[in-house]
Amino acid sequence: MTRPGWFPIVLGLSLAVALTFLTLPVVAIFIDSSPADLIASLGEPGALDALRLSLRTTAISIGIILLVGTPAAYLMATRSFRGKALLVTLIELPLVLPPAVAGIGLLAAVGPAGILGGTVEAAGIELSLATAGVVVALTFVASPFYVRQAMTAFAAVDRTLFDASRTLGASEARGFLRVMIPVALPGLVAGMALALGRALGEFGATLMFAGSFQGITQTVPLAIYDRFSTEFESALALSAVLVAVSAAILLSVKLVQGGDALGGWRAE
Amino acid sequence: MLRVEAATELGPLQLDIDVAVQPGECVALAGPSGAGKTSVLKVTAGLLRPDRGRVQANGEVWLDTARGVDVPAERRRCGYVFQHYALFPHLTAWQNVAYPLREIPRRQRRPRAVELLERFGLAERSSARPHTLSGGERQRVALARALARRPEVLLLDEPLSALDTRTRAEAARELGSVLRETEAPALLVTHDFAEAAQLGDRVGIIDAGQVVQLGTPSELAASPHSAFVADFTGAVVLTGTARAGAEGLTDVELDGGGMVRSTQPAEGPVAVSLYPWEIAIEAADGERHGSAQNRLVGEVISLTTVGNRVRLRLAVPQPLAAEITLASAERLDLRAGATVTATWKATATRLLAG
Repeated sequence: MTRPGWFPIVLGLSLAVALTFLTLPVVAIFIDSSPADLIASLGEPGALDALRLSLRTTAISIGIILLVGTPAAYLMATRSFRGKALLVTLIELPLVLPPAVAGIGLLAAVGPAGILGGTVEAAGIELSLATAGVVVALTFVASPFYVRQAMTAFAAVDRTLFDASRTLGASEARGFLRVMIPVALPGLVAGMALALGRALGEFGATLMFAGSFQGITQTVPLAIYDRFSTEFESALALSAVLVAVSAAILLSVKLVQGGDALGGWRAE
Repeated sequence: MLRVEAATELGPLQLDIDVAVQPGECVALAGPSGAGKTSVLKVTAGLLRPDRGRVQANGEVWLDTARGVDVPAERRRCGYVFQHYALFPHLTAWQNVAYPLREIPRRQRRPRAVELLERFGLAERSSARPHTLSGGERQRVALARALARRPEVLLLDEPLSALDTRTRAEAARELGSVLRETEAPALLVTHDFAEAAQLGDRVGIIDAGQVVQLGTPSELAASPHSAFVADFTGAVVLTGTARAGAEGLTDVELDGGGMVRSTQPAEGPVAVSLYPWEIAIEAADGERHGSAQNRLVGEVISLTTVGNRVRLRLAVPQPLAAEITLASAERLDLRAGATVTATWKATATRLLAG
């Protein structure tokens, strides 16, 4: 038998270090908070408010992102035009923006003193220090994750499928709904999961743009930050919930990506 | 009747064609890849808009760039079978076939789709998804789907090329019977002349965006208008210079050496064309016998056995392909590197202006 070389050992060690570093904080959250504490701290009204608000605002913002982002991504993926690269870069820009800058940008755009602040106010929409403001912040930071992934997914769909749909008498809209979306679905779901994760964990832009008021703009990440110096137990419990929700999202995406949910046709 | 006229620039290619297909007829366009074959189908279906062109199907104008008419693809009744079939991967076989069936009530779509599949012997595979179907089954689902809307025009892009050799013969027979049954004019493209000859009532040889010759398969094989057509139909092509010779025959001095004679008159640079099965092989030092005028000595480059035949590639020194029976090849004890004499008749030596 030959002695294993040094390289496999380096590979194995690297993985072990990475795994420990990445999982330790997550594991620690669950070790530090006993299940009983966890349930007890969730019973407090502030925590439940934060959780409810997080889920509600994330759901609304994901809804907006899917509704607007899907056709937009399709358009970008299936047409070629001048300045497309520039347009893609503009759409992706919020990905690399620091959250604080995103918050300032939103304030400058649609905040009370922003360039469109008057218009928003005239339309009777309250954004700053209001739940609607949280949705705006989440949508701003999370949508590029979805749009970028959706563009890739649509671009990867064989064009002849769409051509086939047309020769079979289907309009472009029908081909989009009946062929392009179903075929690109695994990629769209992956993009949605990324956006969902980003929206659920959003902190900086929300804090700066919408503030942190319990029941109105205080999402789970803001609630955790609010508590960690005074009620560490409670912060820990909320963190554990966030970890569980995020893990559930990741797992369901993996299942869809595996193709089992769609009958395994991705194998082709 | 279908008539397609189109002139357009496609990258380096200048497409310029005018093809008419009668009802019930199948015209097969055959040519090398990159000749613009698929573009002709796309122009017909409305998936590609030419710079100038006119498409007319059964009296209805689908495209007329001069008059600004351009019926969108979804409103042209074309049954289009794509090269790799383009079946929708997320739908089952019957759902694929039912996709175009929007003019009949929802409840009747599944029975109608299964009925169509049944015609192709696929009724029991109707709930299978495309990736679980074999190549031949996919081709038949694609065909059933293309026919589902009772198309006015049938377009087939390399309908057999994605199939393995064994499935292909069977699929070709089946496709042939479908084409005979259907009243719609059919336009088929392929890179394989044999396939075109088998499926097309007429064959158009397409090269660099132009139909260089259109006729029945036997017309094309017997009297090719150019060396390209001769070569494409499977003939051997040798180049040389012709001048009038003795006994009322034409002598052709071959480029690179050697001389052949033809009964056809010609003068100057020519292409000599003949078919591999018209060539007989003798041992190089053999006695001269028989009536064959043409005798070229050359080296055997390779031998390929195809069933009971052997295809020889010779250097005379121009490349020459000959086909003889396996029995003859064994009797002559042929092997690569051997020197042999290729013989054929002057009457089988067609001359084409080069």
